[in-house]
Amino acid sequence: MKILTGNDLGSGHVVWWDGQGWSRHVNDAVDVGDAADTILAAEEAARRVNASYAISATKGADGTVRPDHIKDRIRALGPTVRPDLALQPSDPQSGNWVI
Amino acid sequence: MYQYDQYDQAMVDARVEEFRGQVARRMAGEITEDQFKPLRLKNGLYLQLHAYMLRVAIPYGTLNGRQMRMLGDIADKYDRGYGHFTTRQNIQYNWIKLEDAPQILADLATVEMHAIQTSGNCIRNISSDHFAGAAADELVDPRPYAELLRQWSSFHPEFDYLPRKFKIAVIASDTDRAAMRLHDIGIQIVKNETGEIGARFYVGGGMGRTPMIAPVIREFVPVLQMVSYAEACLRVYNRYGRRDNKYKARIKILVHEIGADEYRRQVEEEFAHILTLGLEPPQAEFERIAGFFADPGLERGLADGYDRSDPDFAVWADQNTTPHKQAGYKAVVISLKPAGGIPGDATADQIRLMAELAEVYSLDELRVTHTQNIVLPHVKQSDLYALWQKLDAAGLATANLDLIGDIIACPGLDYCSLANARSIPLAQKISARFAEPERQRTLGELKLKISGCINACGHHHAGNIGILGVDRKGTENYQLLLGGSEAADTSLAQIVGPGFSEDGIVDAIETVTNVYLAQRAEGERFLDTYRRVGMAPFKEAIYG
Repeated sequence: MKILTGNDLGSGHVVWWDGQGWSRHVNDAVDVGDAADTILAAEEAARRVNASYAISATKGADGTVRPDHIKDRIRALGPTVRPDLALQPSDPQSGNWVI
Repeated sequence: MYQYDQYDQAMVDARVEEFRGQVARRMAGEITEDQFKPLRLKNGLYLQLHAYMLRVAIPYGTLNGRQMRMLGDIADKYDRGYGHFTTRQNIQYNWIKLEDAPQILADLATVEMHAIQTSGNCIRNISSDHFAGAAADELVDPRPYAELLRQWSSFHPEFDYLPRKFKIAVIASDTDRAAMRLHDIGIQIVKNETGEIGARFYVGGGMGRTPMIAPVIREFVPVLQMVSYAEACLRVYNRYGRRDNKYKARIKILVHEIGADEYRRQVEEEFAHILTLGLEPPQAEFERIAGFFADPGLERGLADGYDRSDPDFAVWADQNTTPHKQAGYKAVVISLKPAGGIPGDATADQIRLMAELAEVYSLDELRVTHTQNIVLPHVKQSDLYALWQKLDAAGLATANLDLIGDIIACPGLDYCSLANARSIPLAQKISARFAEPERQRTLGELKLKISGCINACGHHHAGNIGILGVDRKGTENYQLLLGGSEAADTSLAQIVGPGFSEDGIVDAIETVTNVYLAQRAEGERFLDTYRRVGMAPFKEAIYG
């Protein structure tokens, strides 16, 4: 699947396009198909997102969305060396998920 | 320490207000990100993997307790309770909000600090010997020369848009503690045959994707002509440095391509012209600057020696303190490399504690080292034990200076948008593998440096053992290098062979240390043994 990500302009938070707006949780990301450029242009112009781009990802049977590249998996999780700062700090599998 | 005059403060304050307006216009949509990006970068504000990152300049790594305390307070107030000390003697905050950035800069300005020229294709923060002003082996304190260059390079209009970033280091001893020859310009303050103090210029060094050791371009420049000579060096670079290819735009490429002799000829021609313009600073101005770095209040007549009856303290004192030019004192290195820890990270509480300890024990001075540690430069030997007890209670008394646990590591893929692989987890695994203090001391001096990409912020080219993280089809892979040095015997590390997985590289390093222990002769450091026996025995043991 093709999903969209970027950073919130003001806070800098990593965000994912959920079809209506931008979520901080990668599992909310939706497949945008061929609409990536159109959505990104509109959202950047409206200053709802910064430094946005499209990436490939895979949706698991349990509904979780896993970016294909490690860099985006780390963006989705937070620094692997500071699980206390991750969005899901209690997830014991998060380290494995990144790899 | 240097203190801002009215011009310094006015420039920094004006810059804060200018940036406040730029941020407001960006937030209001009056300027685009393409227009805003170079403005925020000129103020040290990057956009990294997880958020904005602010890099704060610490000129030649020197700061006082008040400034250090402010760095801790910023970590608490605007970030997530910690900061990261970098290999350029600066500090970075990883979780900054754009809307907070102007106020952070305003807070910094109240303690004579800023983030100007910590990014962009300009002259960056000037680095120096972290023992400057304290080192027993220095000719003079190099910081007045670095400060003179800081004032010259700050907002220099001609060098605001260079082909690439530009880094200068200044030292004043034969023991290079600043990786001087791996900078765009490395300056060593020297004395000529008549006893006059001046500057020796090395130009065209660097790490990155094309590592090079800077050749000497001029043996001696009188102190007051140093700025003019630097101007000539930059002017030739600005004129002929390549702007068509980012990867060939650093001055090292220019010096290499036209040759040191031709580069020198052009610089000398330019220098002769600049001398006719009378741009040299007045002697009185240099003396005014130097006056700020005069004796910070060292007591005379103290005896060397201290109570070493606590064995843990004695180990730390032997490993983490160095000779001071004044009898009765030591320079103390606070390691930010606990076993299994994140190199260079310190919590807000630790930062504030170090500020307090500097005020109480080190004549209100601290230094940031390019090896990501903190120095208290002027500690009475009679205070060492009390200091150690307070550091130990705060988890800051790791006795591993220059040992295998004292690892340099860039932020890597955990934070950096340029990185290809993670550096920090590797540093943590290696320091945990070699955590046993006696094992580290048995190995002796062994400088291990890790970069998460070819840009080499972790100085892997200069590591006795270097590690470079690469991306192999979406998977992290690590190349092993041996034989680098950033000291006076500067050398570039060589790649051993095919790369490794994260666990594989840790095992390979253990193999390397075993070969060293088996091969070393009496009194040899790792680097000495490597240079004597060469790569072959290490390669054979690793790859069979």
